[in-house]
Amino acid sequence: MAKMVPIPSKGFMKESDIGQTPVLEATHLGIEFGGLKAVDDFNLTVGRTEIAGLIGPNGAGKTTVFNLLTKVYQPTHGTVLLDGKDTHGMSAIQVNKAGIARTFQNIRLFSSLTVEENVKLGMHNHTKYNTLEGILRMPKYWQEEKRTHERALELLDIFDMANLADYKAGSLPYGAQRRLEIVRALATEPKLLLLDEPAAGMNPSETEELMENVRKIRDTFQIAILLIEHDMQFVTGICEGIAVLNYGKIIAKGAPQEVINNPEVIRSYLGE
Amino acid sequence: MNLKTMNKTTRSNMVTYLMVIIAFVIVQALVSSGSISSSLKGQLVPICAYIVMAVSLNLTVGVLGELSLGHAGFMSVGAFSGVVAAICFGQTIENSVAVLILAMLVGGCAAAVVGVLVGVPVLRLSGDYLAIVTLAFGEIIKGIANNLYVGMDANGLHFCMIKNTLEMTDGTMLINGPMGLTGIPRIATFAMGFALIMVCLFVIFNLVNSKSGRAIMALRDNKIAAQSVGINVTNYKLMAFVISAAMAGMAGVLFAANFSTVVASKFDINTSILVLVFVVLGGLGNMRGSIIAATVLTVLPEVLREFSEYRMLVYAIVLIVMMLATNNPTLKNAIGSFTGKFSRNAEKGEKANG
Repeated sequence: MAKMVPIPSKGFMKESDIGQTPVLEATHLGIEFGGLKAVDDFNLTVGRTEIAGLIGPNGAGKTTVFNLLTKVYQPTHGTVLLDGKDTHGMSAIQVNKAGIARTFQNIRLFSSLTVEENVKLGMHNHTKYNTLEGILRMPKYWQEEKRTHERALELLDIFDMANLADYKAGSLPYGAQRRLEIVRALATEPKLLLLDEPAAGMNPSETEELMENVRKIRDTFQIAILLIEHDMQFVTGICEGIAVLNYGKIIAKGAPQEVINNPEVIRSYLGE
Repeated sequence: MNLKTMNKTTRSNMVTYLMVIIAFVIVQALVSSGSISSSLKGQLVPICAYIVMAVSLNLTVGVLGELSLGHAGFMSVGAFSGVVAAICFGQTIENSVAVLILAMLVGGCAAAVVGVLVGVPVLRLSGDYLAIVTLAFGEIIKGIANNLYVGMDANGLHFCMIKNTLEMTDGTMLINGPMGLTGIPRIATFAMGFALIMVCLFVIFNLVNSKSGRAIMALRDNKIAAQSVGINVTNYKLMAFVISAAMAGMAGVLFAANFSTVVASKFDINTSILVLVFVVLGGLGNMRGSIIAATVLTVLPEVLREFSEYRMLVYAIVLIVMMLATNNPTLKNAIGSFTGKFSRNAEKGEKANG
């Protein structure tokens, strides 16, 4: 039986976020597939502008947590408060509208569409014209297309990708596809951004650059970021709080240095 | 607008519009100078109808990415409701163009309504299952139309099913069960067919290049990702399906109004498959290809008449050659290097791949 390391949620939060409604508050969150408890009693609080990490061995249930938060799966236990609002009964679409955007472990881009179109799709719910106005090319269509075009280039510029706007998303190199997924998620104007292994398959210099960019995103957009990652240098370098998941349960959470020195974490994940 | 400042898609769409207009002008000139055979002349309106069918099915199969085998069913719904409407309007309105337009609207709306009724339960399925259900839908529509009797007399329209129990003394039968539509006013003209093609192209091109069209293509590429950015999957699937159905309905009206009688079995699985062949050969999502394929493959059997009994054999060979040729990399490159002179973006695309 894994020993729980009790660290209060408050201690896991950035000082500037204390006193404000946390952007995410998951309590007793869990899901069972048949008899298997994939995630059990998951409690996590993420502050408004915090960068938090979720780590753990393969199969620990990290991506399942993301799927629960974004309602790809409906949780069987517990509640998720997003910015103080209960997300119970919401669909994946409603949760996105409410402010959670994500990327995927195995990249899911709209690969036959261009880079710009991918970003514009992220802005779908913020593009203010309807189908008929689109077909009849009303003035609103031209205004909004111009606005979203400019906005898309602005967002792509975060990763210096504005020059790739006209390429097919599927033709981009792997690293660029990962970055494009982040831009697309950002385009939905989230309050909380979930990144599923953003540094996977990247070389050290790319990882370094990604770290800076993740920080830049948080600072410019003032949003919270929760990320899953196996690259410990990346995680400890960027995260202000870390939670460790093993067999669907949180075995430790707290500040990075605390967590990586936790004997339980070393035994089950990091290795001696 | 300057051709060079337009982006690649807009330019490609302009080329398609232009191609259709030029083809229309040339054929119109040939018809008026009398240098076109009468059998081919009779094919002009059906070709237009098939082009609209192919383009609209391409919206479902190519843009939305769902296989539908019941497209002729929507054509049938449109044809039957539209012709009844045409006969009714024809009594009060003199102008045959106005009657046809109204009939097309009625046919299109009827097909759209049926599209919603079929689409809501069916679009939860995808892939093979959707194909099977739409196939069944086409057959059901054929079955219903084969057993439908509609008559008109001084008191208005009368309907009945299965057996002709309409006891009219002075009326006329509009739909006579397995005998199909009778006494259709032959008001379809090549010019109207051309107009319908242009309208459908306009709607599809503008749809595809708007946020709704992007959402539809996003569903095709990755449904889970589409949901993750807040795109309502059901709505956009249904939208594409219903627009496609409405266009097929209008094509049905155009098709039926070219003949004095049309039977329900004309709109069977063979027609659905034929239209699918146009779409696949023309290229999924490629409207211009659909137009060319629909034209060529409708004219071909006429041209191949001199092969008499070998006609369908040659037809099959042409299909196979077309399939192989369009997939042949050497040939593709040859065509690519030729058209590359006209499109600056081709070079860009190669760089991105390499």
